[in-house]
Amino acid sequence: MPKLELVCPAGTPASLHAAVDAGADVVYLGFRDETNARNFPGLNFSRDELRQALDYAHERGTEIYVAINTFPKAGNPGPWHRAVDDAAALGADAVILADIGLADYAARTHPGLRRHLSVQASASNPEAIRFYKEAFGIRRVVLPRVLTVPEIAALNRQVDIETEVFVFGGLCVMAEGRCALSSYATGESPNMNGVCSPASHVRYVDEGDRMVSRLGNFTINAFANDEKAGYPTLCKGRFVTGGKARYLFEEPVSLNAAAMLPELMAAGVTALKIEGRQRGRAYIAQVVAAFRAAVDAAAAGEPVPAADLSAVTEGQRKTTGAYNKTWR
Amino acid sequence: MKDAQAKLSMGPVLFNWPADRWRDFYFRIADEAPVDTVYVGETVCSKRAPFHAPHMPEVIERLQAAGKEVVLSTLGLIMNGREMHQLRETAEGGADFLIEANDIAAVSLLRGRPHVIGPMINVYNEGTFGYLVRGGARRVVLPVELSADSIRVLAAHGGAELEVFAFGRLPLAISARCYHARSHDLSKDNCRFVCERDLDGMDLDTLDGEAFLAVNGVQTMSYSYCSMIGDLDRLREIGVGRFRLSPHSGDMVRIAAAFRDVLDGRLDVAAADEIIAEETGDMPVSNGYFHGVEGVALKGRLANLPVE
Repeated sequence: MPKLELVCPAGTPASLHAAVDAGADVVYLGFRDETNARNFPGLNFSRDELRQALDYAHERGTEIYVAINTFPKAGNPGPWHRAVDDAAALGADAVILADIGLADYAARTHPGLRRHLSVQASASNPEAIRFYKEAFGIRRVVLPRVLTVPEIAALNRQVDIETEVFVFGGLCVMAEGRCALSSYATGESPNMNGVCSPASHVRYVDEGDRMVSRLGNFTINAFANDEKAGYPTLCKGRFVTGGKARYLFEEPVSLNAAAMLPELMAAGVTALKIEGRQRGRAYIAQVVAAFRAAVDAAAAGEPVPAADLSAVTEGQRKTTGAYNKTWR
Repeated sequence: MKDAQAKLSMGPVLFNWPADRWRDFYFRIADEAPVDTVYVGETVCSKRAPFHAPHMPEVIERLQAAGKEVVLSTLGLIMNGREMHQLRETAEGGADFLIEANDIAAVSLLRGRPHVIGPMINVYNEGTFGYLVRGGARRVVLPVELSADSIRVLAAHGGAELEVFAFGRLPLAISARCYHARSHDLSKDNCRFVCERDLDGMDLDTLDGEAFLAVNGVQTMSYSYCSMIGDLDRLREIGVGRFRLSPHSGDMVRIAAAFRDVLDGRLDVAAADEIIAEETGDMPVSNGYFHGVEGVALKGRLANLPVE
């Protein structure tokens, strides 16, 4: 079995250096605008920074993928087309796309540029994947976080294309690219603006006996004084249904599928993706190094070392998410 | 577009209504509702489809006999071989029907023949719109997030008719996980079909008692009911000629008549809004997405109606 490729995030040049130095096979990043799904203040790369990043990475045998994975605004495709043009001109190793129109543009304008399908395109079955492959020459699909490992294995038997799966980091519980919860409360969404539950719409209200986190006009969670107040990501909030308060959509957990690497290899997956372009350099260095060791061990047929990542994940609980059917 | 008569569609029933209720709903729509088109078929959860399947032929027959255009709606998130098989059967068996695609798999299967792009397909811009039109899309039901500015651009592109979600709780997200089951401490595989108990979805409140969202199995919806009744003029002006009413437990014949009458100038917006309030049990309404703000907001004429 070929070794799994390790695809790691970077939101800044410093994080990119950390990821490359820690053993990333690939670093993925975005331009500093609404064309990518981590459009946060102070994050992402200018064209110059991408040029320097490509030099740094390529000298060390690491590739760079550019995520251009939001949906162009009607009447203003320019920023998205330019992002594809510039990624191609600067020599990026691949672009990661979600929008049909943009994939069509990239295929027609830059046939030589390697094209991957973003998780935001939500291609969760062989027919959808075949469509993107045949229509736009997509070479790899990042699978939505809705499939179990047996479903991923079955899918890989039916499609002739590389697949990439998330193994660590923040976990969308909805099918990615098909969620408008954030814009319902704030007006800004992953698809349109590259943000989910944006900080500009977050407020923490200290009520003395409890700290309330709000998103737009809605309470997302409330914490006692001895609890740590988490960020109010909408689908990780506490809500009331049937008279009972609970984390209905998902607890504030993050994904860690390190222990499943051998199964994912056997399922025919090509690449593993680590979430977290918004994370700092220290986090990136630790997580990438841990997964470098895990991937190498899995490839050698050795037990995957149990990496201690609790320091960087703030003691958050871990889940293997949809990879286990019981999650549903 | 402005000069042609605006059309009304009855969207697919998004909730898990008991099979008899589901059948009787469509019978009544066939006999009494002033709508041009009716969408039939499960879009949310493949586990529900077998309950309605036995009634499907008689429902379609009744609708067609009443002169309605029938469109077969298909599943929104296809994740396994069984769901893929269902979709293929619909696509191959439904050669005489328009079919509404809600997963890219359906877009793929329907390419080259006339079809409808459903609201769960991401059509945000003219590049995607044009591509789908070249593939045979004759009608595109737009994603609920789109603002008037975006809709205007797509309308100007032409090539396919636009349909805009105009009434009902907004479908906002879909997941592999069933939140109805989870709320009842069950899993999706052993769900006992608890979603059947909530005809309009299960209300979800914040910890502070603010009504926020509604759960419909694997789908998450708005608590508020989208109502474009005060925006129909503007929608017509920018080139939208078809409006989708999403079925709820209130009297959809009366709601359809209210939309028809406003479009035809026989009823004013305030009176129609009153009818909607009666039929929804005074639920809050929203139209924020169209006005370029958060979806939950209420803007424009509906926000400025005098309070009785």
